[in-house]
Amino acid sequence: MAMISEEHSKEKLGFEETELRLGLPGGGGIVNGDFGKNTNANGKRGYPETVNLKLNLSLKETEKGENLQKEKNLISCSNNAVKPPTKAQVVGWPPVRSFRKNVMAVQKSNSEEGVGGTATFVKVSMDGAPYLRKVDLNMYKSYQDLYGALGKMFNSFTMGKCDSQGMMDFMNESKLKDLLNGSDFVPTYEDKDGDWMLVGDVPWEMFVGSCKRLRIMKGTEAIGLAPRAMEKCKNRS
Amino acid sequence: MSEDEELPDLGGGSTRSSNSTAVSGGGGDHNYVSPSPDQVLENVLENVLCFLTSRRDRNAASLVCKSWYRAEALTRSELFIGNCYSVSPRRVTNRFRLVKAIAIKGKPRFSDFSLLPPDWGAHFGPWLSAMSRSYRALEKLYLKRMSVTDDDLSFAAQSFPILKELVMVCCEGFGTGGLAIVASGCREIRVLELMDSDVGDDEADWISCFPDNVTCLESFVFDCVEAPINFEALERLVARSPSLKKLRLNCYISIGQLYRLMIRAPQLTHLGTGSFSPLEIVAQGEQELNYFSAFAACKSLICLSGFREIIPDYLSAIYPVCGNLTSLNLSYANINAEQLKPVICLCHKLQTFWVLDSVSDEGLQAVSAACKDLRELRVFPVQALEDAEGPVSEVGLLAISEGCRKLQSILYFCQRMTNAAVVAMSKNCLDLVVFRLCIMGRHRPDHITGEPMDEGFGAIVKNCKKLTRLAVSGLLTDRAFSYIGQYGKLLRTLSVAFAGNTDLGLKYLLEGCPKLQKLEIRDSPFGDSALFAGLHHYYNMRFLWMSSCKVTRQGCEEIARQLPGLVVEVITRDREENETSEYVDTLYMYRSLDGPRADAPRLMVRPSLMICGKHCTSTECRFSIARSLDFTLSVWVPCISR
Repeated sequence: MAMISEEHSKEKLGFEETELRLGLPGGGGIVNGDFGKNTNANGKRGYPETVNLKLNLSLKETEKGENLQKEKNLISCSNNAVKPPTKAQVVGWPPVRSFRKNVMAVQKSNSEEGVGGTATFVKVSMDGAPYLRKVDLNMYKSYQDLYGALGKMFNSFTMGKCDSQGMMDFMNESKLKDLLNGSDFVPTYEDKDGDWMLVGDVPWEMFVGSCKRLRIMKGTEAIGLAPRAMEKCKNRS
Repeated sequence: MSEDEELPDLGGGSTRSSNSTAVSGGGGDHNYVSPSPDQVLENVLENVLCFLTSRRDRNAASLVCKSWYRAEALTRSELFIGNCYSVSPRRVTNRFRLVKAIAIKGKPRFSDFSLLPPDWGAHFGPWLSAMSRSYRALEKLYLKRMSVTDDDLSFAAQSFPILKELVMVCCEGFGTGGLAIVASGCREIRVLELMDSDVGDDEADWISCFPDNVTCLESFVFDCVEAPINFEALERLVARSPSLKKLRLNCYISIGQLYRLMIRAPQLTHLGTGSFSPLEIVAQGEQELNYFSAFAACKSLICLSGFREIIPDYLSAIYPVCGNLTSLNLSYANINAEQLKPVICLCHKLQTFWVLDSVSDEGLQAVSAACKDLRELRVFPVQALEDAEGPVSEVGLLAISEGCRKLQSILYFCQRMTNAAVVAMSKNCLDLVVFRLCIMGRHRPDHITGEPMDEGFGAIVKNCKKLTRLAVSGLLTDRAFSYIGQYGKLLRTLSVAFAGNTDLGLKYLLEGCPKLQKLEIRDSPFGDSALFAGLHHYYNMRFLWMSSCKVTRQGCEEIARQLPGLVVEVITRDREENETSEYVDTLYMYRSLDGPRADAPRLMVRPSLMICGKHCTSTECRFSIARSLDFTLSVWVPCISR
């Protein structure tokens, strides 16, 4: 790859100068750093060539080991000495229109990796429901808050007891037994170790940190998980 | 087959006599005695000609004799201008008087990839001026890669009171303010479609500008408009548009809002779903809407797109319509194979599928297994970079070729490919008309054998006998072009980038492909001698584009000298004082009846300029050029008087 870079450095020279010298009407250079939308001050898109530079900016944030391509520096270098230097991006290549190039930026901001954000999105499934939901655990301060939200979310799928009261009930040992033997729903979660646990066992903050996904399952199916919970109930009281 | 064959044979005699008794002005004077036989014939002709709709048939009819030329000009109602600079608006409106529908294309396609400066041209203004005087009954306006201002839109709304269809593709220069004027001014509008266009956000509430009464809207497409809209106004608009069949929303429409629109318009056939994710503020605790049932209620839905900011979990809501879909566009949805599979396995009627390479080869295998009727596939890259990891490869291409035998059109972006897979596709998909393969790394060979990609593309042109459009990539030698020249006899559009070794490559093309209309080449080592090899053919072409090749200014000037009917535009970019290049940066040339354009942008003043040979003014020359333009025959008869 590096060899090809050198072979074509002459062409790249031409292109880089192109990028710089053909100015925007009424001014030039890189427009504002909102990399989701390529707009300049009056709302129109800036000269699309700047997209290449901006994409490199966003890549810097999200991909480790790539340096920002400086305007005058034609060959971008990598922090990682082992990786060969990436080729400078050529104008208009690959031939993808600029509005398609924003896809990655948009998707990353929605992903559950939560790059740069403080969201902790986890999937929530409920047995019998046709599709999943997602909740941001950081939005809630306690189990009660969470139960309230889950209850509202899945209201249409339950015959009743999946509400905050129902979920609170299983904190009480005797009610827990009743619940688990009935057809009501209980919330469970998968923790970092891959184990399925009943929600409510550990302190809230610890739960938020260790919960990977939630599943609201039928009480009868949760029985295997129950002994642990009952044990914990005993330990608490 | 055309109706011409049933017309009486006029013979040479009557043609001459019709000339001598021709009513001047083509019917302007009225003859109050009983009309001559020639006039009767002309009236008959006019009435018959309205059955000719194909422009190629009409071109043929117009060349029979002057009488037919006149009759045809008076009865042609649909115009297609493939290059807005090939002919002046005045010339068009002088010839064709009764135009109801016009399509105008402007910039060359490579302008989409930032290879032309802004303000390059293709202004709609001059066309609008001429049409506003002559075509007040215009009903349909289609613009592609044109520069359109808000003032233009305003003037158009005033000038064409019965405008029914306005479609703008890859246009720019206007904003939501202009759209507001269209919405309020074009009272008969049935089709308003904005596609892949750059629309400025003037913060105008244009949706509210539609008239309050029931509308005749049938198609409303604004998915490319990157500006928030007044949702309540949109909801009311949809509610009072009972004929609405196509609706494509922009990314500012949340899934909850989509739901509300869908339950108001279950008759939709084409739906662009907007962002397909919830508004952030109500994401938590939002009463769950039954999106599944909303889709289930749209029993006529055959085309789905959008998914601009999709939360993949919601994708299952579309299950109820998958079985009816003929077109699905997921090219903004960053989903993986596992997320795609449950959807695609239901889409057994799918003919058109656009997707991101995030679904990987495995996702494409699922497509191949499920979509046996697939005609068009486009696979776009999530990361449009040369050195990115590529989730799709020859594996996906091979799978598609084996499962989707009826494939006619493919656009495939990838990081690695093999000749074997391309050859396999050439043998499996014999109906291919469009083959566009973009191996994103420049000069990348077959990643298994290390060979150039010559054999693969050679097999495509050889085996796919219906091929008219081809885009090549990867490491290619002159041999690839010899194959294309040898076998690409129906090829009309060819796109070349970073390919070839010597002038021979381009020579093979220009000498071998008689139907070539549009040739765009970048960063390939073709020079003047190759350029001269096409002198016999350039008047037959819509355009030739060559950027970052080895063409010199002298070469361009020589072409212009030898072919006075061509406009030769040259862009040489600004350089430092001590830096010179013997080569021009961009050559864009096209035939034109009206010589070089006057509206070259300020930025192109010096040192770039427009070259044109001495503008030919003789009528024979002009007539023979006219025969080659898109609204006449495409066969060029060389001008004799030079």
